[in-house]
Amino acid sequence: MAAPVRGMIGSTSIGNTTSFQKKTRSKLVSIPGTRPSVQNGQLLVSSGVSSLDYVIGGGLAVGTLLLVEEDHYDSYSRMLLKYFLAEGVVCGHELFLASARDHPDDIMQELPSPIVDDVAGMKISEGQSQPSDPENPDTMKIAWRYQNQPKVQTALASSVRFGHYYDVSKTMEPELRQAAKCHSFYQLQETPVVTASSPLPSPYHSLLKSIQTVIRKEGFDGSTPQSKVRNVLRLGLHSLGSVLWGDDVCCKDNPAHCHALTTFLYILRGLLRTSLSVAMVTVPSHLTQNRAVMGRIIRLSDTAIALESFKGSEKETNPLYKDYHGLLHVRQLPRLNCLSCEVPDTKDLAFKLKRKQFTIEVSSHQPLSALSPQHTPNSHPIALRVHSYGTSPNPNEQRGVKTPPRLLTSAVSALKTHSTVDTADQRVGCNENDTD
Amino acid sequence: MFPELNSILNSTPDSFKSSDFILVSDRRADASFLIHHHLSFYLRAGCKVCFLGLVQSFSHYSAVGQRLGVSLAQAREKGQLVFLEGLKNSIGVILQEDTSQETQPLSYLRTPGAGLEGLFRFVESSVRQSGDGDAGESWGPPVLLIDDLSVLLSLGVSVGAILDFTLYCKATVCSELQGNMVILVRCEEEDADDDEEGSNLLQRGLVHQCNLALHVEGLPTGYCRDIHGQMEVWWRQEGETICNRRKIFHFKVHDKGASFFARGTSSAVL
Repeated sequence: MAAPVRGMIGSTSIGNTTSFQKKTRSKLVSIPGTRPSVQNGQLLVSSGVSSLDYVIGGGLAVGTLLLVEEDHYDSYSRMLLKYFLAEGVVCGHELFLASARDHPDDIMQELPSPIVDDVAGMKISEGQSQPSDPENPDTMKIAWRYQNQPKVQTALASSVRFGHYYDVSKTMEPELRQAAKCHSFYQLQETPVVTASSPLPSPYHSLLKSIQTVIRKEGFDGSTPQSKVRNVLRLGLHSLGSVLWGDDVCCKDNPAHCHALTTFLYILRGLLRTSLSVAMVTVPSHLTQNRAVMGRIIRLSDTAIALESFKGSEKETNPLYKDYHGLLHVRQLPRLNCLSCEVPDTKDLAFKLKRKQFTIEVSSHQPLSALSPQHTPNSHPIALRVHSYGTSPNPNEQRGVKTPPRLLTSAVSALKTHSTVDTADQRVGCNENDTD
Repeated sequence: MFPELNSILNSTPDSFKSSDFILVSDRRADASFLIHHHLSFYLRAGCKVCFLGLVQSFSHYSAVGQRLGVSLAQAREKGQLVFLEGLKNSIGVILQEDTSQETQPLSYLRTPGAGLEGLFRFVESSVRQSGDGDAGESWGPPVLLIDDLSVLLSLGVSVGAILDFTLYCKATVCSELQGNMVILVRCEEEDADDDEEGSNLLQRGLVHQCNLALHVEGLPTGYCRDIHGQMEVWWRQEGETICNRRKIFHFKVHDKGASFFARGTSSAVL
């Protein structure tokens, strides 16, 4: 299904939620690393993890906010943040990183390195010297292969591929990292500004001011002249709501600033809607005592997922989960410019961090006893693999498998499809079971 | 607008009940599709609509309205629709400390404890504007739509202030001007030791004030791909009948509308 072409008036005003329609032909510059959604024509960017893109409906829509509820040790949510930023570096987007605990430069130095053959089609900025080898015309062909796909992709032929793979055992080359423009905000180094008239406490207020300044100065809200190439700003905000941000919503039952984080998210969403930016915010939700506040925070964001890792919990030794590192809960999916949202087939998802891929798979529980002897480990119902967008070149084949809604039959279809999709995984090299 | 919902509620754009206060609420689901329904319904009926869009931008409603067959941009130009852009204007209020006249409706952002008087004044001036202004067109009875009221709780406004605001609006819009009101409230889970400032308290207070309550929830049996949830319709009966009418429907939201069906009659099941 191609992107719907609608009869809307000019999409060049950035007051819209950035719906770039194909029908205004050559006026619009296509931004590298983005593609329109097949559901509603929204402009999407990749989150850095292809299977996460699939789960949230193709990617992150520009102008929206992704909320990640951290796992207990903040290991996988931090990994997701690094994937998000690394994807921004590879696609040439601008970055804004704010954190209170670790210095933003430390986080930037830990970005995973992209896997080389994906980067071959990449447009590295002008300072970089490309080794001129005769392989180059051939590697360009890999990107050109996607030219023959339906018109959703052909208009973006000149730009970079959507979604890349990263090797977490290596860090990104410093030259590649420095080619990207990164603004950082380190809370511990900011001088507190007394804002008596604002309901927001100082750290959040200065963070919002800083984000607004960057958006204005770099022209993400459309205030610069047309000659400048349009780009997307990726905002990564680490561990908002923790005490280091001056917020006590995570440590007290009746916090004094109980509306600080929610007001912050409200204003942040306003800033995102009026500019070409996308934000990923991680929140240590396991520390908040009050579930109602978490519910409000989820409502105030567009896409919300929660990570629950098995480390240290009794689920670690549960044979059902032995292949996985944790569960991924999709709390909310956005309805952007349309009535219906992307409804996932199932909500039982588990993730696994391997060296070359962060996989998210369907984990279905057998309603009957799963520990009965006839279930051998190989025919385990968990084995339903989801086609991530990166492996399947055909964008229309977004749903590898159609699972019926009833749990009892999903295991049967899982067993049926297990054999067919296995070959696809071997292509990507998913067979390695070692992690970092 | 959704034809099936019109038949459930027994109303059409040509004939609908006036002085009606409709409360749309949800719990762990998304009832905003009902707001889109009412917006297109009242615009088709030719009413003057005052829309407080506090959580989404104008283009979002405009895009959905296009699919439902109404043009919000055109309605705004003609003066039929007055839209308060909550998200965009709130940036100016908080970050620039903008105290100009246009941001008076959003004064609750600066001083959440002071109440919603500025917002009410805005609503009052919008619905009282007589239709015989520029084009000589007179619109139908005024309608106030709010999406969504519970976000004010997240911004620090107290439940009492919000309930006062809705009472003032009801007195002006419904009783005085014979218009309608549709308000969306989003609730959290029922919590036993919930604090007093919760959205559940707000919802209970508004149910007490309203005439018709549409409550959207997920299915009690769990997640299902083909049935997006259940909607409970509750009518307040005036007159001699003592018992209030209450019906439950299942629904599924499509691209261009929503279909409602009785429990157990979904096409996925039959």
